[in-house]
Order: sequence, then structure tokens, then C-alpha cells
Amino acid sequence: MLSNITIGQYYPGSSPVHKLDPRTKILITVLYIVMLFAAAEVIGLLPGIIFFILSYIISGVPLKMIFRSLKPIIPLIVFTAVLNLFFVGNDVIFEFWIIKITGEGLRFSIFMIVRIIALIAGTSLLTYTTTPIMLTDGLESLLSPLKKLKFPVHELSMMMTIALRFIPTLIEETSKIMSAQKARGADLESGGLLKRAKALIPILIPLFVSAFRRAEELALAMESRCYHGGEGRTRLRELHFKLRDIISLLITALFLASVFVLNSL
Amino acid sequence: METIINAENISYFYDEETKKYVFKDLSLKVEKGSFVAVLGHNGSGKSTLAKHFNAILQPTEGKVYVNSMDTLDEDKLLEIRKDVGMVFQNPDNQIVATIVEDDVAFAPENLGVPHDELVIRVRDALKAVSMENFSDKAPHQLSGGQKQRVAIAGIIAMQPDCIVLDEATAMLDPKGRREVMEVVRRLNREMGITVVFITHYMEEAANADRVVVMDSGKIVLDGSPKEVFTQVETLKSIGLDVPQVTYLSYLLRGTKLELPKDILTASECADAILKLLEEKK
Repeated sequence: MLSNITIGQYYPGSSPVHKLDPRTKILITVLYIVMLFAAAEVIGLLPGIIFFILSYIISGVPLKMIFRSLKPIIPLIVFTAVLNLFFVGNDVIFEFWIIKITGEGLRFSIFMIVRIIALIAGTSLLTYTTTPIMLTDGLESLLSPLKKLKFPVHELSMMMTIALRFIPTLIEETSKIMSAQKARGADLESGGLLKRAKALIPILIPLFVSAFRRAEELALAMESRCYHGGEGRTRLRELHFKLRDIISLLITALFLASVFVLNSL
Repeated sequence: METIINAENISYFYDEETKKYVFKDLSLKVEKGSFVAVLGHNGSGKSTLAKHFNAILQPTEGKVYVNSMDTLDEDKLLEIRKDVGMVFQNPDNQIVATIVEDDVAFAPENLGVPHDELVIRVRDALKAVSMENFSDKAPHQLSGGQKQRVAIAGIIAMQPDCIVLDEATAMLDPKGRREVMEVVRRLNREMGITVVFITHYMEEAANADRVVVMDSGKIVLDGSPKEVFTQVETLKSIGLDVPQVTYLSYLLRGTKLELPKDILTASECADAILKLLEEKK
């Protein structure tokens, strides 16, 4: 069961989107977010949406994955929609008891819903098509200019790598500890919220203790393998910008430009 | 023979206040290309000693030289650790990266090996431990023995002269132990890498050229496996077992059967008994 845990939400594939340099994908995602937020009217969202649909089709990520990414934010969408629907604007088009719906409110809430959906669905395409380790590498490379400002870029990406590496190990450990505590008669499933939270203590403490021990041993192992920070390190996985990266960035820029054109109409 | 690790009269204690020595005035030389097993109980000081071999710990008194470099010399630290690689007990806690080949590349990356050579080193190291088909797997998909072989590959990729395995088989099942032992023996024989194998399994120590037995911070016995394991009384007195076959022949000798003292394997034992029976006819 644990042997096929997937970290993050990577959807394996070999589409052109998967093959893009992670840095390109991160940059495109940033531009895409700008695209959505630069739009002043519903029509301004159109390039963003078209761009997103095209990317999804090219990536070959199945449709149900989009819905999966949207599921956790449904409450947020409903909340935003209701808030905007009832409390924005003055041009009432529908009135019943104390409920007033305005034309502007209706337009604005549709605008917000579309924007949030496009934002979440679009950005999750980045994590669907890029492995966590590639994302880390990409971020490290993109942030590397910050090293000049003494920002610990390498350390940050090392921490992310180690966190990713140890997630499955710690999950496995947690389930072992839970079994061990259950075997000793611990009751983890019944009772109210407070009682259940308390029941977690005998699981969390051994988990923390062992995590610290692991950290110490890992530090020793890293030192034994000549780790001495990011200075002078070479990489097995080198990132190279290719022609397709430049083309994709140019296309994204064109879409972004079209948002500004639509805004000025 | 050239010496690769030379510990000269070293003493060590963890606690500055109590000054409780783990070992005192201990000397040990490891010859280049040899396969040394260090045997001992928990608390005998064998792991502490091993950590002196790549400058993780530094002796409170005395000196440790690795390829004639003093482990107290801060500037030589990387070079010492490159020459003497270390494999630890828990396979989970020494794999750094999320993909096998990335992990094998970790040490040479730290050493600044250029990319093209890095690719070759990773491939060769994985081949040396017969894990070349697992290069793109995640560590948690591997068995204990496989993880430990990856850890060994991660050391080989540094191209060390010596590998110290600090109870590297203690957490493995019998199959994993066999796999690791086979790999280590091959590295020693085919690539000429010096091996220091810390263990408390007698059967594993029997594979070495030389067995060093430690008890409460002292070297009690030092010699070839045959020399060491024939000292059944000494080993028993410090609570260590001898290989079962050796013990069997020891007991049989007690019944006045004229078995040779240096029996280490089942087939040797069988041959000796057969010979004895034929003589009696």
C-alpha cells in the first residue's frame, strides 16, 4: 500500500507540457496568474481561459483531475459568489423579501467564480505535469540571483528535497506507531474532538522523537558524503532551456498582451 | 603493505565532565586492500572507533591518520571523507534524495565532479552494486537490502579507497544481509577497495581476511578468522558467539574427537568428520 504512494499530485506523462523546463513552467504560471488578475471585465478573462484549456489539452491530463483540484475550494467559491451577489451594486433586477440581486452583483460574482476556478485549475496544471523534485530544482535555479542578497536559496531547496524524501518514511512510521499503540489498547477512533486530539499525543511524541533521531543520523551521513553547503556543487540533473521553452514563453506573452488589448476596448 | 588507516594510541570520551573513556590508548592499523571485520558487543566501542576513521569524531588523545592525513586537520576534512566512505546502520536515514540515481550522485555533486563524469560515475556505481535497473525508483519502493546497496553505491561514486560499514547489516533480514555481504566482498576483491566491516554477526566476520575483536574499549583478539575463532573460550568469556560450526567442532573436541581447531565452514567440518570416520574403520 505504502510502496506506491505518490508525493504531490504529479500525473506521469510525456506530453510537450511535461517536457518543458520546470523554470519555464513556473514562469508561465506566474504570467498566467497575471493574465487572470489583469483582466478588468469578464471578457478580459477569455485569453486566460483559452490559454488554460489549450494547455490542458496538450498536457493530456484527464478532465477528472481538474475537478479533483477544484473540490477543496468549492466552499470558497460559494462564499465569494454569495457575498458578491448580495452586497455589490445598486441596479436591482430581482427582489424578494430582504434579498436583493443586482445586475452588477450578478456580473461581478460570475467574474469572480470564473477567475478563482481558472486560477486554481491552471496552477494545479503545474503540479500535475512537474515532479516535486523538478519543481524544487526549478525554484532553486530561478531564485539563485537572490543568493547575492544572502538569501539561503540552496539551503531552502535542500530542505524541500529532504522533506519530500522523508514524507513516505514518516507516513510509514506513523502507521507503525499507531498499530503499536492500538496493540497496547490505545483508543484512537471514539470520543469527541478533544478526546481524539488527546489520543494523538502518544502517536505524535514517538514520531517527533524518531524524526529528531533520523535528522541527526541523516546529518552525519550527509557529512560523511562530503556535504558542505551549496558552494562548488555540481548537479546530476542540469536544466537547459530549449527552443520549445522560448516558444512557449512567447506564446504566453502574446496571450498576456491580448488581455491588455481587451481591457482597453 | 601500505597502511590506509592508522590509529595511534587514541583515547576518546563523549562527556567532558565525567571523562568516561570509550577506549583508551588504542592502536589499530588497516592495510590497503584488506577486508577487516571488527567484532564486538554493544558498548564495546566499535562504532565509536569507526567514526574516527573518517573524522566524524576526533580522538581526545592520540592521532588517526588516513592516507597519512591527520584527522585533526580541518583543511583535509573533505579529502579524508572522500577517501574513507561510511555506510551506516539505518538505510532510511542515509538516503538524501527522492530518486535512487540522484542519491548516488549526492557525494560526487558535493565534490564538484563535472556533469559528464557524474553521469558515468553514477552508472558505474549502480552497476557495481547490481542496482542499475533501479536508477529511477524512489527509495521507499526498495527493500532494506536494496536501500543499503544504494547507500553503498552512493559511497562508491566518490571513488574512495576504503569503505567503513558501521553495522550496515544489523537492520536487514537474512536475504538483505547476504546481498550486502556479497556486494562488499566483490568490491573488495574486484575493485581493491579496503573494507572495514563493523558487525556482531560471527558468520559475516568469517568472510574477512582479518578479524579484530573488541570488548569494553580494548582490542582483545586480532588475527585471521581461523586464528580468532579457535579462541572459543576467550570469545565466550566476553559473551560473543563463535560460528555454529566452529562451536560444534569445539564441543566434539571435548568428547576427545581429534577434530582440527580451525574449522569455519560446514563443508570443512563435514570433511574433517568424514576423514575421522574413515581413519577409525
